[in-house]
Amino acid sequence: MDSDLIQGTLDLLILRTLQPGPAHGHTVAHAIARQSDEVLQVEHGSLYPALHRLEDRGWIASFWGTSENNRRARYYRLTPLGRKQLAQRTSRWDELVRAINRVLRPLADDSGRSA
Amino acid sequence: VSWRRFLRRARWDDERRRELETYIEIETDENVARGMAPGAARAAAYRKLGNPTLVREEIYRMNTATFVETLWQDVRYGFRTLRASPTFTTAALLSLTLGIGANTAIFQLLNAVRLRPLPVARAHEIVEVRVDPQSAPNGRTGAFFGARPMMSWPVFDRVRREQRVLESAFAWGSAAFDLSTGGESRVVPGLWASGELFQALELTPAAGRLLTAADDSACASRAVVVSHDFWQREYGAAADAVGRTLHLDGEPFQIAGVAPAGFFGIEVGRRFDVAAPLCAIAVLRPRVDALRRGDVWWLSVMGRLKRDITVEAATAQLASIAPGIFASTLPSRYNASDAKNYVGFRLAAFPAGTGVSALRSTYAQPLWVLLTIAGFVLLIASANLANLLLARASARERELAVRLAIGASRARLLRQLLVESLMLAAAGAVLGAGVARALSGALVRGLSRDSASAFLNLSMDWRLLAFTAGLSVITALIFGLAPAVRATRTPPGAAMKIGARVTGANGFGIRRALTIGQVALSFTLVTAAVLFARTLGNLANVDAGFRADGVLVANFDHRRAGIEPDRLLIVQQDFLRRLEHLPGVQTIASVSIVPISGSGWNQSITVDGARHQDPSNINRVGPRYFETMGMPLLAGRTFDARDVDGAPAVAIVSRSFAEKYFQAPAPLGRAFYFDQNVGEPPFTVVGVVADSKYGDLREDAGPIVYLADTQEPEPVPDLSIVARAARPDVDLRAAFTAAARELHAGTLVSYQRLTETIDRSLVRERLMAMLSGFFGALAGILAAVGLYGVMSYVVARRRGEFGVRLALGAQPSTVMRMVLGEAGIVAGAGVAVGIGLAVLAGGWAETLLFGLRARDAATYAAAGLAVAAVTGVAAAIPARRAARVSPTIALRQE
Repeated sequence: MDSDLIQGTLDLLILRTLQPGPAHGHTVAHAIARQSDEVLQVEHGSLYPALHRLEDRGWIASFWGTSENNRRARYYRLTPLGRKQLAQRTSRWDELVRAINRVLRPLADDSGRSA
Repeated sequence: VSWRRFLRRARWDDERRRELETYIEIETDENVARGMAPGAARAAAYRKLGNPTLVREEIYRMNTATFVETLWQDVRYGFRTLRASPTFTTAALLSLTLGIGANTAIFQLLNAVRLRPLPVARAHEIVEVRVDPQSAPNGRTGAFFGARPMMSWPVFDRVRREQRVLESAFAWGSAAFDLSTGGESRVVPGLWASGELFQALELTPAAGRLLTAADDSACASRAVVVSHDFWQREYGAAADAVGRTLHLDGEPFQIAGVAPAGFFGIEVGRRFDVAAPLCAIAVLRPRVDALRRGDVWWLSVMGRLKRDITVEAATAQLASIAPGIFASTLPSRYNASDAKNYVGFRLAAFPAGTGVSALRSTYAQPLWVLLTIAGFVLLIASANLANLLLARASARERELAVRLAIGASRARLLRQLLVESLMLAAAGAVLGAGVARALSGALVRGLSRDSASAFLNLSMDWRLLAFTAGLSVITALIFGLAPAVRATRTPPGAAMKIGARVTGANGFGIRRALTIGQVALSFTLVTAAVLFARTLGNLANVDAGFRADGVLVANFDHRRAGIEPDRLLIVQQDFLRRLEHLPGVQTIASVSIVPISGSGWNQSITVDGARHQDPSNINRVGPRYFETMGMPLLAGRTFDARDVDGAPAVAIVSRSFAEKYFQAPAPLGRAFYFDQNVGEPPFTVVGVVADSKYGDLREDAGPIVYLADTQEPEPVPDLSIVARAARPDVDLRAAFTAAARELHAGTLVSYQRLTETIDRSLVRERLMAMLSGFFGALAGILAAVGLYGVMSYVVARRRGEFGVRLALGAQPSTVMRMVLGEAGIVAGAGVAVGIGLAVLAGGWAETLLFGLRARDAATYAAAGLAVAAVTGVAAAIPARRAARVSPTIALRQE
């Protein structure tokens, strides 16, 4: 996938993954891969700079905790600012998808029926 | 980038490492749980993660101010490179130190003389109130005392009461006080200060209190203030110095307090040791009557502008009160035309935030000229450095090509090379600041010969700092940019060819152009040096109209000798006769104005009822003055025993006087009046002497009238004489001092040779000649070094060609001529450009010259010869080398 696209969407995906509650890097990576039905195949390592960048912006915060299998792991959680960003970005993403769809499939309804 | 993370990025990186390890551990655990072997499980985990080091590097970079980081690398790398080539570094540092040092020293003086504000709060508010020169086309008449005689006391008194635009008006004058109580005189610089001065300048005392209006109104307190400097020198900064008695010209005063450190007075170039209230002049100089007379000019009036008052608004208000002030203070001694002048004076305010200075008119322009010259020297030195760096760039081409090839960006390499240049320039600036300190100190001591105690504040301020820093950055760019651009321009492929002759001709064009520029600049500077040296020579050899050699000037101050005024003339005449008969004395004469000493006295002349507006200089001398000074008598007689007080007043005039006022070469028996004496008996011309210079060697010899010392109605208590010894090796001073002490123990004596007096009047010219000579020589040497470098390079490059020519039978002299010819083209082009520069710059320095024009063919020829000689020597060495190329060795290298 194109790196620019990944960067923008990766931020969104990370925020979305953290919405239910804190998670460490390994969980986030696997969650993104699993929930996208393994379509978004990125090296899990590239996740970490993104986590770092989001933390730098103050959208997520981190702390050291203990994982399910008793490993010391760095956990990330959404900050209030991050939560707001997630809401904004999600709606903007939806708009974008709708717009792109209108362009790509101008007769979506008809073709849907005829298909 | 957050600075917190930048500064703790090592720790941050460690956290990331642990975080990534956690990922590997968890993933491995899960893989093992799925049944993989531990080794394979770990390997799979790494595959999933990617390269952890790359991830860490990416995050590390996010935490880094890359610019700062790599800049520090550049600095360390530059330091190592410079240390690795000590010869280059030393040569570069030496030229930069001298170049920047010379510029900083001159700027330091310029800053002190011209730019620095007065050491008082809000100096920019200070203005000087004086007579607008435009309202006084005929100047002011009367008696002038001190360094800035702008105002009389009566006018000052009216101004301070009637002005509405200044917080308060104050006045000051320069003075000299004798602190001795007998014996050797000990004269220190002093300040007459009105009571408002210290408060108006918002100064706080370092000890005791400062003078107030009360001290100045009655003078009953007899209080004086000493400078901080004097307090430390004289009293070791003791607190009990306050209250002690200080004798000024024998009169007791009490030290009321100490002025703050750094306050040197208001006149730049002078400092004061003791400040006395204005009223003290009535006690110390009773004859002058300075507190009553409107035609005694001795004060400078200043004040701080009120809030929201501009200089223009202040001038408007002062102009409105001026007519009343001048009408009511009209000096009674003035004749009609002086009075008409006087009542037409207007007052105006002039900005004085940087103080006032007599040094400015004399030295500001020479200093600008010297700064330009020093700037040229720095340019020439920079060109040499650029040449050296270009040569080094060729040598480093391979290294830079490798770095470009493995991915360094060109901008990064450029920056690294410029950082090296900047480091050199910065080190040169730091060392240069030290050189400047020593140099400017020496220059001020040189100036001190001119005005007894030149004092300039040379300490560091932001202007000086900015100048030096700016200079070093500009220098670094000048000498570093071109070589750096060139060094990073060669394509890596070309540079890396094994054994390739990478030093192509493309760098040579720059180097040749640089050398032409150097020769041109050095020609211009040598021209300047020759011009200023010839100016000094012209002045030293100018016909002053008298023979200064062997003339001793002595001053005998009888003020403390307690001689009654009505006996003074008799006592002095007796004393002169006694001196005349001392062994070793050939001739002796009293004189009131020692020529070329800077003092003067002039009045307008009325002949046959017609008053000439142009005044004549006046001197009062003893009978044998002309003989002592070696001035030939052209007609008539000198003064003699007939010319006593009460006899008809006689005068001896110079030839110019005779021709200007009488249109006759020998107007013996003709009469004239000084302007204000019309109605009194006239002066009759009894002799004509040759012309001589009066106040300044630079002036033309104008009209001078000599009056008889023996007809002096009011003798002065300090007697100046000129004396010529019978033989040149006789020193008359000891005998004179003994005679003076014999007459009265309280007599103060001082001496100076007339040649020293003249020397002192030429300090500026000597300074210009010395410094421009030094800079010119430096420029010549630097240009020669530059040419030498370029020609050596030419010879090295064409070594093979010369070898072939010699092998085929060319004479060594032919080869030598070829090299010299090439050098000649460079030097010739340089001189041609230099002549253009000299012609352009010539007009600017014209006013500093004497007896010659700036655009002077003979000077150009001399400078051209000097440059040709130096560059010839510089080219001869590589030329000889070319002629001695061994054909076999050269051919083997091909």
